[in-house]
Amino acid sequence: MFGFDDSLDLPVAEMAQRVRDKDNPLTASKLVETSLLRIETLDAAYGAFLRRTGDLAREQAAAVDAKAEAGEDPGPLAGVPLAVKDNLAVPGVPLTCGSKILGEYIPPTWATSVKRAVDAGACIVGKTNLDEFAMGSSTENSAFGPTRNPHGTAFVPGGSSGGSAAAVASGMAPLALGSDTGGSIRQPAALCGITGMKPTYGRVSRNGLVAFASSLDQVGPMARSCADARALLEAIEGVDPLDATTRGYDTAAQNGVDLGSLRIGRVTEFALDDVPGGEPAQAAVERVRSALFETGATDAELSLPLVQASIPVYYLVAPAEASSNLARYDGVRYGHRAEGGADLMDLYARTREEGFGEEVKRRILIGTFALSAGYADAYYKKAMATRAALRAQFDSAFAECDVIVSATTPTCAFKIGEKADDPLAMYLCDVLTVAANLAGLPAVSVPCGKTAEGLPLGIQVWGPPGRDGLVFDVAEQLEAMDGCGYEAPEVTS
Amino acid sequence: MSAGAVLVGMEVHLQLKTKTKCFSASPYHYGADPNTLTDPTVMGLPGALPVLNHEAVRLAVRTGLALGCRIADVTKWDRKNYFYPDLPKGYQISQYDQPLCIEGAIEIDDDEGNPKTVRITRAHLEEDTGKSTHDEGGDKSRVDLNRAGAPLLEIVSEPDIASAGEAVRYLEALREIVAYIGTSDGNMQEGNLRCEPNINLVFENGDKTPIVEVKNLNSVRNVGRAIEYEIVRQQKAYDDDNQTMENTPRSTRGWDDDREVTVHQRYKESADDYRYFPEPDLPPLEIDPAFVETERGALPELPRARRKRYCDDKGLSAYDAEVITSDPAVSHWFEAVLAGDPARDAKKVVNWMTGELLRHLNDKKIHLDEVGLTPEGLGEIVDLEAARTINTRTAKELFREVIESGASPAALVEERGLSQVSDRGPVEAAVKAAMEAQAQAVEDYRAGNEKARGRVFGAVMKELKGRGDPKLVNEVLTELLG
Repeated sequence: MFGFDDSLDLPVAEMAQRVRDKDNPLTASKLVETSLLRIETLDAAYGAFLRRTGDLAREQAAAVDAKAEAGEDPGPLAGVPLAVKDNLAVPGVPLTCGSKILGEYIPPTWATSVKRAVDAGACIVGKTNLDEFAMGSSTENSAFGPTRNPHGTAFVPGGSSGGSAAAVASGMAPLALGSDTGGSIRQPAALCGITGMKPTYGRVSRNGLVAFASSLDQVGPMARSCADARALLEAIEGVDPLDATTRGYDTAAQNGVDLGSLRIGRVTEFALDDVPGGEPAQAAVERVRSALFETGATDAELSLPLVQASIPVYYLVAPAEASSNLARYDGVRYGHRAEGGADLMDLYARTREEGFGEEVKRRILIGTFALSAGYADAYYKKAMATRAALRAQFDSAFAECDVIVSATTPTCAFKIGEKADDPLAMYLCDVLTVAANLAGLPAVSVPCGKTAEGLPLGIQVWGPPGRDGLVFDVAEQLEAMDGCGYEAPEVTS
Repeated sequence: MSAGAVLVGMEVHLQLKTKTKCFSASPYHYGADPNTLTDPTVMGLPGALPVLNHEAVRLAVRTGLALGCRIADVTKWDRKNYFYPDLPKGYQISQYDQPLCIEGAIEIDDDEGNPKTVRITRAHLEEDTGKSTHDEGGDKSRVDLNRAGAPLLEIVSEPDIASAGEAVRYLEALREIVAYIGTSDGNMQEGNLRCEPNINLVFENGDKTPIVEVKNLNSVRNVGRAIEYEIVRQQKAYDDDNQTMENTPRSTRGWDDDREVTVHQRYKESADDYRYFPEPDLPPLEIDPAFVETERGALPELPRARRKRYCDDKGLSAYDAEVITSDPAVSHWFEAVLAGDPARDAKKVVNWMTGELLRHLNDKKIHLDEVGLTPEGLGEIVDLEAARTINTRTAKELFREVIESGASPAALVEERGLSQVSDRGPVEAAVKAAMEAQAQAVEDYRAGNEKARGRVFGAVMKELKGRGDPKLVNEVLTELLG
């Protein structure tokens, strides 16, 4: 691809196996240099990376190669270049969250998920762009400029993990870590034509992930295939003593479900018939469903009425938690501090006025309002009650079906700037993804063809809590269908 | 105008004695250099998460049980949101509507000395804030986050306290309880016990003065003074300006230690809006009833109950009971002496402890756990003396010897033959010998000089090397002197 050394385009397991095999000439250092060269060459067009970490990657690669040389196992991700969303902490590397407010902040400790990937042999090639504090669906809200979609640079890559999605889609890195609070892994994965997975809430540690909405945030893998994504998930998952919300889950793939007789849930409320521009996505859903039925799967028609409330519920719960999580950025201990504050309140106000972007301010205000005395009952508490009821509806739904299949996004990628002034239109991008966060479910988006303009579409597989392996198994079937799966973009720059 | 009845409710923040903080592994102790006891969670660094310290829960449950509280089956954590530089995350992790400990009581004496119950509404666990200091006249403020995240138990009472004296006794009782159960140092100077009384007056016609919360109180004595001051101030504001709850909002006042007055700080126009919501980083906590029962079983006898038992069952005076229970270490030592033999004379043990033992501790400036003498050792001395195996003089000599060495007094008595001579034969022989040696004194005595008897007695004791049973010596002497 692109005339580069193509060992970086191998499936991750094979790539790592060659690095682990001391008799194979492929080394971690070679993979890292290839990745860094691709970033050097391509990223001017995409703006996927906020920071390249060449020195760190080379150091990590050298350590992997030394282990392999010494006959030790450098791990299942040996030498695989990894792009890390810039809301995950890597010690010694500036952490921005796509915001000015963090200033020159350098974290002292690892995000558990990143550390586990590195311990499995992955090498960090850079920190990727995102909507500020992961708030957005287009990566246009980054204080450091937008990222462009590798399938068409006039288009957004989706968001908020748009930098990670573009890095993987363009082949700059075979694996990336993202975070998903309302669809921030799955939606950009769909728009960039790659696989992105939001694990069951509590499967992956949030330690070192800069909090947006703590009860919804989950770190997850982004890759060119389900197998690659699963390899990254298996490296990062598991109970973490530093995150009290982590839980141990059985990683067994199928959990006893016969893939040939799966009951495939179709949620009435996810139909896109009335959505302008929703036809291609709806057609893709129908196509994969028909193909699944041919293998013996059955159709389970379901209605989850509260899914229709998921956007308003999400846009109360997430901003409420965010308004509290972002209170620490006050200019007192670290990050940006405004000059010339007359007193403490003025220092706070100026620092936050200067440091936060418009969308972040909007959500802090919404969240503060939703939690305020006199309004909390009508907004936050009502949203939480609805969330609990939505969870119960999903519990019932998963008694009727094994997985749910839907589109990941109502439409393909939109043009940069197209929705930038219309927050509500932007919020609706999440209509097919937020329910998984509200209910804590695992869900994976796999590429499933393109629109007439050549922009990718994604199909989403949802499972019950803890059945991440099942979700991957079904997604792998979809991925193998005609017209589905990863396709490298034409180089558009 | 009539004098209003006083209503005081107490909010106490008690720092629990854990090794590490409430929600992180950062150590905590008093008096370290600023900002040396921190970690990413304490500093509120991006991405750092709280993890519950279960020892803080255990100490909170232990304290709650000692205060007679019910322990919740399920409790949860909430965020209390406000901005301040010593609150690094911009919120405090606390418990809003499901406190860990519910409905307890502290027994105190009222101003007439009669027993009185002050009801406790709730006690919940939360994290402490850091400490801000502001330069005197300067423009710098400094923040020390050492204290941030230390576990606090906030104990809220009903407004059952009716005077400054009761408030002082409430705090003393609470401090004594936590000292006994070892859950907190309860030291107001070091800030591990902080209290904010809520004070107002209620009049016979139903009028109430606006509630005032007093802050900046750093000693129990000042709590009493602040309440005294508020009673007078509120009565005057009612008498002169008819100030009542209806026309004046609640307020916060600060104690000015130099001028010994409370100073208005701010009105609480409406309830402060802390935007409480459930802490999403911490799952709700289920409390195992078996754990609660284990903790209940591990509680020691509390000081008030212990004093009552000493007076009722052990025949101690109220004063002696108070003295011997005022320090938990002394009290537990005393208990250990009595435990060796429940028949031991408690009054005698108190006398030894408040006399010889405390004198020794004061002279040497050491603590009880630094002496060689064991509770069993003192018990042996008391027993030997009670059985008249040794006399008082020997007892005191023995005490001075074993206080350092820790040797067994009974063994020493055996080994050195120190037991008192209380057989009639040798005593009679000694008396006869002394009468011969002190013939003049015998003559003087018989001639009516009472004092001469002492010379003969001294000679008898000398014959017996100081170990004669004085009672028996006197008996024989009386017989033979005629």
